[in-house]
Amino acid sequence: MDDRVILRVGAKILIPFILLFALYVQFHGDYGPGGGFQAGVIFAAGFILYALVYGLGTAKRALPPQAVYVCAALGVLIYAGVGFVTLGLGGEFLAYNVLAHDPEHGQEYGILFVELGVLITVFGSMVAFFYAFAGRRKIQT
Amino acid sequence: MVELVDVAVLLLLCVTALAIIRQRNLFAAVMMAGIYSLLSAGLFVVMDAVDVAFTEAAVGAGISTVLMLGTLALVGHQEHKPKHRPILPLLVVVLTGGVLVYGTLDMPPFGDPDNPIHHHVAPHYLEESEHEIGIPNVVTSVLASYRGYDTMGETTVVFAAVVGVLLLLARGPGPRRVRVNGLWTTVVREEDPPELEGDDESGGADAPEPRESDDG
Repeated sequence: MDDRVILRVGAKILIPFILLFALYVQFHGDYGPGGGFQAGVIFAAGFILYALVYGLGTAKRALPPQAVYVCAALGVLIYAGVGFVTLGLGGEFLAYNVLAHDPEHGQEYGILFVELGVLITVFGSMVAFFYAFAGRRKIQT
Repeated sequence: MVELVDVAVLLLLCVTALAIIRQRNLFAAVMMAGIYSLLSAGLFVVMDAVDVAFTEAAVGAGISTVLMLGTLALVGHQEHKPKHRPILPLLVVVLTGGVLVYGTLDMPPFGDPDNPIHHHVAPHYLEESEHEIGIPNVVTSVLASYRGYDTMGETTVVFAAVVGVLLLLARGPGPRRVRVNGLWTTVVREEDPPELEGDDESGGADAPEPRESDDG
């Protein structure tokens, strides 16, 4: 029924690179532009491209909506969790210096986990938005 | 040279905005809104705000366009002719714009090193973040460490937005109670439309020739 071969093959070639680029943006945020927010959006864009080309049903089988909702909440929990870990280690909320013996390493770990939380929440949110919009039926007029 | 680029990009922004206003086909308007975002991203790059440009390109030109297209698939592509006269809205917009421009006259000149913004905490961030945080990108240091509370708030806002959208748009799995003619009745959930679930028989998500559903 469908013969959009160029679209399908093109998307299949592009998607891995989009996802890889998102990870690059995530882990290279310490040195260049980018960070959790941008990486999350790009990762979601790669997945949404998959959903657009291969259909919403296929995409929902690959990543069920429930998992997406869990992602959206999990990222915030990770972020706040880092804050509570620093509290537990005797520091202030979200003051990462106490996470390691060397304050600089502590900062590095703190930023890593915080950005991971942002990535997960933003990715989950964007895909959840897409599912919510794309899953609606056309309004009957 | 930079001024020339500024003028060119701003001119293109104006042309795109006017084209969006005049366009009655919403599909074309959405695509041009994406172009508008991309041009804004270019403007941010000229202003050396690459992180902002990155976000604008990814969110404004990418995700927003897809969500708008998803909405158009539900509500149709053609804009109705407005019934009201455009005089009053035009007056309000011109007046608001005039006030905003008047407000910028008091602002310090863009990029001036004597601006108040460059004498508060910015020098500290620029000079000390290398030792205090230990990573070269000052933007990331400010975002994730110095201003960690703010970023946590932003992340929570994104999550809150998801909760809001899902409450409005997503249908719950269980039966619902609705009021019909003054009586409460239980409505069992409608089945998902079959064309959205897909009828893929070839199995996995990475099957070579999945027969995908038409999601348009």
